Amino acid sequence: MRLLRALFWRLAALAILAAGSYATAVRFSRGLGAATNLSDRMPWGLWIGFDVLCGVGLSAGGFALAAAVYILHLERFRAVVRPAVLTAFLGYLLVILALVYDLGRPWNIWRAAVLWNPRSVMFEVAWCVMLYTAVLALELSPLLWEKLGWPRAARAARGAIVPLAAAGFVLSTLHQSSLGGLYLILPAKLHPLWYSPWLPWLFWLSAVAAGLAMVIFESGLSARAFGRALERDVLEDLAKAMAVFLALYLFLRFWDLGSRGQWEAAGRFSGPGAFEAGMFWLETLLLAGPAALALSARLRRHPQRLFALAAAAVGGFLLQRLNVSTTGLEAATGARYFPSWMEISITLMLVTLGVAAFRLAVRHLAVFEQAPQGEEVESRPAYA
Amino acid sequence: MRALLLDVTRCAGCGACLAACAEANELPQACGEGPAEGKFTVLRKLVGRRGEVYYRRLCMQCLDPACVSVCPVGALRKTPEGPVVYDPSICMGCRYCLQACPYDAPRYEWNSPAPRLSKCSFCAERIRSGGLPACAEVCPTGATTCGEREALLALARARLEAAPGSYVPRIYGEREAGGTSVLYLSPVPFRLLGLPENLPEEPLPRLTQRVLAQVPPLSGAAALVMAGLWWLTNRRREVQRAERGDPARPGGGR
Repeated sequence: MRLLRALFWRLAALAILAAGSYATAVRFSRGLGAATNLSDRMPWGLWIGFDVLCGVGLSAGGFALAAAVYILHLERFRAVVRPAVLTAFLGYLLVILALVYDLGRPWNIWRAAVLWNPRSVMFEVAWCVMLYTAVLALELSPLLWEKLGWPRAARAARGAIVPLAAAGFVLSTLHQSSLGGLYLILPAKLHPLWYSPWLPWLFWLSAVAAGLAMVIFESGLSARAFGRALERDVLEDLAKAMAVFLALYLFLRFWDLGSRGQWEAAGRFSGPGAFEAGMFWLETLLLAGPAALALSARLRRHPQRLFALAAAAVGGFLLQRLNVSTTGLEAATGARYFPSWMEISITLMLVTLGVAAFRLAVRHLAVFEQAPQGEEVESRPAYA
Repeated sequence: MRALLLDVTRCAGCGACLAACAEANELPQACGEGPAEGKFTVLRKLVGRRGEVYYRRLCMQCLDPACVSVCPVGALRKTPEGPVVYDPSICMGCRYCLQACPYDAPRYEWNSPAPRLSKCSFCAERIRSGGLPACAEVCPTGATTCGEREALLALARARLEAAPGSYVPRIYGEREAGGTSVLYLSPVPFRLLGLPENLPEEPLPRLTQRVLAQVPPLSGAAALVMAGLWWLTNRRREVQRAERGDPARPGGGR
């Protein structure tokens, strides 16, 4: 039975890689039009809405937990930092790879670093993503130095962990919120259920909540794959933190809808606007449900149910990002968008590559072993 | 600053502007009705109570263009003479310009492996040397007029006054999102021409400028808060250690 299951997953991965490779060839030889369902009215699709917006958001556990452990000295989360930072690093690599697919002229990608347009939100996001990916690499580098047997390099990298975590927090806060800021320039295009001057803050709060949910979710996955799960009280604390950030998000979301007088749009269940209202409620329920249920101590103590709660919250987060990036634009632009099978297969291929890379790292690097306690802080002079 | 006045009531749909545009800008195909890829302007037809109405759509050449503000590499630029120009050699193809344009004006070469933006260049070279854009030069009916923006606004107002019954009583582009260099007079509601009527009067780039202005103070504040919290929680740990009589770190890190 185990063997059969392993065989099934191998075959599925092979099929995804084959479809993805074919789609890659089409995309780069015949252009975006041949491979995607994008159009002038819907110029951003699955690769931006899912791979970039969701990929960056789900990686937020890395900066949130690094800040919690290295800055706030919340020692109980130490066991999760390494897997969370590894997830974030792989997540950002996949985001950059997805951009290479999505950009029409990817050979010019480096120009964003050289030609400055400080009026552009995307320019700011590009710089933050670039710098933060470097920060994540440095945060992870001790794993590699340990493996290579270079203790001095490992110690040097660990010595810098506090400023690195602080830089990671600042850079992440900026670009997580700015991804929402990208849509501020579409006041007439984005549906009022999603267009809000608070989009940057809504993106930041939901990213932190989803990043934490993702850590819980991954712990469940790795328990099945590697037989390694987080301790129950750590999972419980993560669930509490997730619920707090979800509650803050929902509070801001509801207050904002009220202050803009858009509750009426959420209540349109027939005629034009019904589709948007339905998507809004689906997204809201998927986020509010886990927030409310995570308050129950009995549920929190049950790893399987916690896993399901985290999965629902991740689903709500994905829906929120996709609603902002596609659903909310359809009415005003008159475009209908659903990704082509080639777009989907390339996204699936990138996710598969990410999972494979994570497995490889877990097998060869000390990802799930706890970093020696307190060492980072002791080996460096006072900060601040 | 140069501008164009498009008077929809005067357009006969002859298509002379389309041929002239394609020739002047060395486009592979004549600008026309069908799919707009690789074309700088399109001519469309409405059939309604007033009979056939022909109208042209092209880049509005905004005074403070959203596309220029969002381009991360500055491949789009508003020239002082009026045209918004595009440089494909530095464009990385993020398509934020297509997303940000409130008029749905830029078109993309979706079927090219090295795609460019297709948008009206307002014949920037001709304008710089004091000439007229190709479309305005050939228009036989005066449906497309080129001139200084202030003069064209005055002309448009005069036409509205002279024949109030034949126009929607408003100049589109005078104030929309901070104003445009392409102005419309129309006998039918502007939204039928695909021009949005829910735009704020404020230039759209201001919406993102407000947020970007917060970036430096916000990063400074976040860094300070991080440093403060690190110091505070570290201090608390040291005190706890000292109270336990832990000899490992006498005096702590200070």
